[in-house]
Amino acid sequence: MDKLVVLQDDLRRDVNEQLKIINDESGIAPFDEALDASGLHPLTATGVEVLQVNLGKMCNQTCKHCHVDAGPDRKEIMTKEIMEKCLQILDDTEIPVVDLTGGAPELNPQFKWFVSEIKKRNRHVIVRSNLTILTTRPFASYPAFFKEMGVEVVSSLPYFLEDRTDQQRGEGVFQKSIEALKKLNGMGYGKDGTGLSLNLVYNPTGAFLPPVQSSIENEYKRELKTRFDIDFNSLYTITNMPISRFLVYLIHSKNFDRYMKKLHSSYNPAAAVNVMCRTTLSVSWDGYLYDCDFNQMLELTVNHGAPVHINDFDYSQLANRRIVTGQHCYGCTAGAGSSCGGAVV
Amino acid sequence: METYYDPLDLEKFADMGKNVPELWKKFSEWYGNVFAEGALTEREKALIALAVSHAVQCPYCIDAYTQECLEKGSNKDQMTEAVHVAAAIRGGASLVHGVQMRNVVEKLSM
Repeated sequence: MDKLVVLQDDLRRDVNEQLKIINDESGIAPFDEALDASGLHPLTATGVEVLQVNLGKMCNQTCKHCHVDAGPDRKEIMTKEIMEKCLQILDDTEIPVVDLTGGAPELNPQFKWFVSEIKKRNRHVIVRSNLTILTTRPFASYPAFFKEMGVEVVSSLPYFLEDRTDQQRGEGVFQKSIEALKKLNGMGYGKDGTGLSLNLVYNPTGAFLPPVQSSIENEYKRELKTRFDIDFNSLYTITNMPISRFLVYLIHSKNFDRYMKKLHSSYNPAAAVNVMCRTTLSVSWDGYLYDCDFNQMLELTVNHGAPVHINDFDYSQLANRRIVTGQHCYGCTAGAGSSCGGAVV
Repeated sequence: METYYDPLDLEKFADMGKNVPELWKKFSEWYGNVFAEGALTEREKALIALAVSHAVQCPYCIDAYTQECLEKGSNKDQMTEAVHVAAAIRGGASLVHGVQMRNVVEKLSM
């Protein structure tokens, strides 16, 4: 794998080259073989319980592990027209949850309108907020808006210590995140009895798997309470995917082979049964449909006969579609599994 | 440059069962049970293993249990403290043998 070390950072936006490396050079057994041995091949959806909408790739942060390669320089952003298509889907189906992600979803100019329209349709809304955006002046009112709408807030805080958090998410991010969490707590988020859910996300700050979710959650609760008087509801452990920036990190740090072997050797059939793609449908900023946000960033649209664009949405076809898989899927089946809602077993 | 220790050799650990499968089977089962959650958590056991790895100065074990500690949720502060415990015991073990030296000095001296 030494030859990969010389690859330029352009790799993080070269999807074809990423797929070639992940699928052809990882040196591990094909993911579909693991599924087959578990009696799960071909992997199929069991319904659509979550419509995950990526509102755009623009972000005020440039985290080192970001599979979206999001940042302030990204211009891709969802239009109101595509959002209206999403709302039409909600009108036509009973999909109960809408999960808003990005980039920083708040940076989409139609964000508040879109959330309001979803809530009018009485659906549960999850906003994946990076926290620091809430400490900037233009977005200072957003915590109150979240509360008014009753949205669930899910936010990354890779560790309860400053150095490890800033190492992954950028200098100063930890202190701003703490500031935002205090503000959300002040609104009632993360507090017992308020019904306002504030869930945090643990990402490994390197080439290793996350710990047992319940164990690290207890530690987060104790440490954040003791150090900062911060409360939250649940901690989700999420495995880093060998995609985009994290893939570049793996290659440059010469951890690629070892990490892929780790994901492969940690394959858990029970996690494979519960992977999130089986109940999630991901929509990109330009209206294309994917099995998950990771496939979206690898530009692997839904396939096997399912409609690929929101303009051609067909619930019955999508609810039972065959999932598009690749070697990166080992990231969701390693150990206790990984999803946007944390461990799956 | 060739060295006695190659990180990739760790993946060949199971080769130690090739000529003695029953012994390897017993070792593997016992090893697995040792590190399972019990009166001590898996995380505590991983930290002990990390400290012992340094005491026995096994590079394979240091590599494996550094990763294991991270995956059990330990941080660098905790892991460094664990290694200091190993170092303190090693240093203390040398030092306490100085009592023997002093005993011998006393015995040989007028």
